[in-house]
Amino acid sequence: MNKRAAGAHRIIYPVSGALLLLFIWHSICLIWDIPPSILPTPLQVGESIGKHWGLLVDEGLITLRATMVGFGLALLLGIPLAVILTTFRWVNLMFYPLLVGLQSVPKVALAPILLVWLGTGMSSKLALAWLVAFFPVIVDTAAGLQSTPKELLELARSLKASRWQVFYKVRFPAALPFVFTGAKVAVTLSLIGVVIGEFVGAGEGLGFLLLSATSQINTALAFAALFALSILGMFVYFLVVLAEHALGGWLPPPSPQH
Amino acid sequence: MPFGVVHRIGKIFSAAELDPAATQDLIALEDISFSFEQGEFVAFLGPSGCGKTTLLRIMAGLVPGSSGEVLIAEKPVTGPYGDYGFVFQSPGLMPWRSVLDNVLFPMEILRRRNRHAEDRARHLLELVGLKGFERSRPHQLSGGMQQRVSLCRALIHEPKLLLMDEPFGALDEFTRLDMNDLLLSVKQETGAAVLFVTHSIAEAVYLADNVLVFSRRPGRIISQIRPPLGSERVRSMRFDQAFLETERAAGEALGVVHATLASHTADSGDKA
Repeated sequence: MNKRAAGAHRIIYPVSGALLLLFIWHSICLIWDIPPSILPTPLQVGESIGKHWGLLVDEGLITLRATMVGFGLALLLGIPLAVILTTFRWVNLMFYPLLVGLQSVPKVALAPILLVWLGTGMSSKLALAWLVAFFPVIVDTAAGLQSTPKELLELARSLKASRWQVFYKVRFPAALPFVFTGAKVAVTLSLIGVVIGEFVGAGEGLGFLLLSATSQINTALAFAALFALSILGMFVYFLVVLAEHALGGWLPPPSPQH
Repeated sequence: MPFGVVHRIGKIFSAAELDPAATQDLIALEDISFSFEQGEFVAFLGPSGCGKTTLLRIMAGLVPGSSGEVLIAEKPVTGPYGDYGFVFQSPGLMPWRSVLDNVLFPMEILRRRNRHAEDRARHLLELVGLKGFERSRPHQLSGGMQQRVSLCRALIHEPKLLLMDEPFGALDEFTRLDMNDLLLSVKQETGAAVLFVTHSIAEAVYLADNVLVFSRRPGRIISQIRPPLGSERVRSMRFDQAFLETERAAGEALGVVHATLASHTADSGDKA
């Protein structure tokens, strides 16, 4: 099979799958005569998207901005802290086990507390996004910095490389794939954090729109907001993948997909 | 005074150093002495775990010996000194760097990366048959090609000494034969002394001016064999009488040449 045909297959099959599911969804709504307030048909959702297009874009941009800021803060704090954590032995001994333990705490459960501390609005939303995105960044970056191939470290040592040279020429670039693995998880979690933040205490954003639409029994609009959130989720993930390709183009190609 | 002198080197790994459960110290090397001249090729031949890699690392200053001393160019080795190239068993290339940048890595660490260094890197790559691959990434190369890049990297800063730790152990036989000849021609060109760890008798005999045969742990030099093959080695020599006799002598020193099957089984039982 040539490359173009393979590419076409990668598009044709998933699109057919999605269309099939939409068809089943539509049929179910018609066959059982489900009221749109419970489950709107795909067409009604589409109609709602068209009608509220401007609103979805506006609220989407608010959610997107909060997601990226929360994610950015997670990187800005997570990466340097991971460096400190892996450079100083006593810091590592004191905090690494704690960090791994904390990672399994469901951080969104902190939302009501954050609300008490920071009030409604942007700051509690960002705090939540940062909180959920921070852990994968620091844990994966630290793991990456600790798994430098032994030969590379010995090679650097044999040449009497300084600590700084070892860090920026060997350990950090070697850790980059791990950083990106963490970043991909983090950016998705950041979006979830923002949406939860918008659920519990915000007057804007897609999460707020979703909540207010369901409270008005405008289920079609809720689905439209959900659709916008999915697009947003894929978009932010794609941004990280793009950065990975631009910065870390050295990664060996992934094993061929079937 | 010879270029390199190893005088009564011993190495003991203390139990605590090895692993918390170990109760006994491990004597890795005992009373190792030998010397070599500039441009000489010395092979360390011995069974796995006999301490030959440890000896190489002591000579590189990467680990301290427990007793004795190593002198390179009349200077005692107390830590890494940078005037040697090290080739590991795995190529150990940096996947994020191109082939050329991998070769130039030591020059960056030594802050000597310049036009001259880049020209030399290109020349070395040409020498090992990798002209045209300068901009490739390591993962695009085969194992043998990667090891050749690793060899260039070890030679880029014009060291007088090349330390090689079973560099061709992971390669298939045909690639290995090619790499042996390649190494000899590269050595000819650079004039570096080579210390070469291997557990292949044929490889040691074919490459080396002096084969140091190591005993099982604790590693001691049980025999020094100078293959009577002259300085020019070609592949057909592998089937010459002198070559085969040297192989046999090394095998006998190692205790792996047996007349009967029975003694062989007894020996394997002893090993376990």
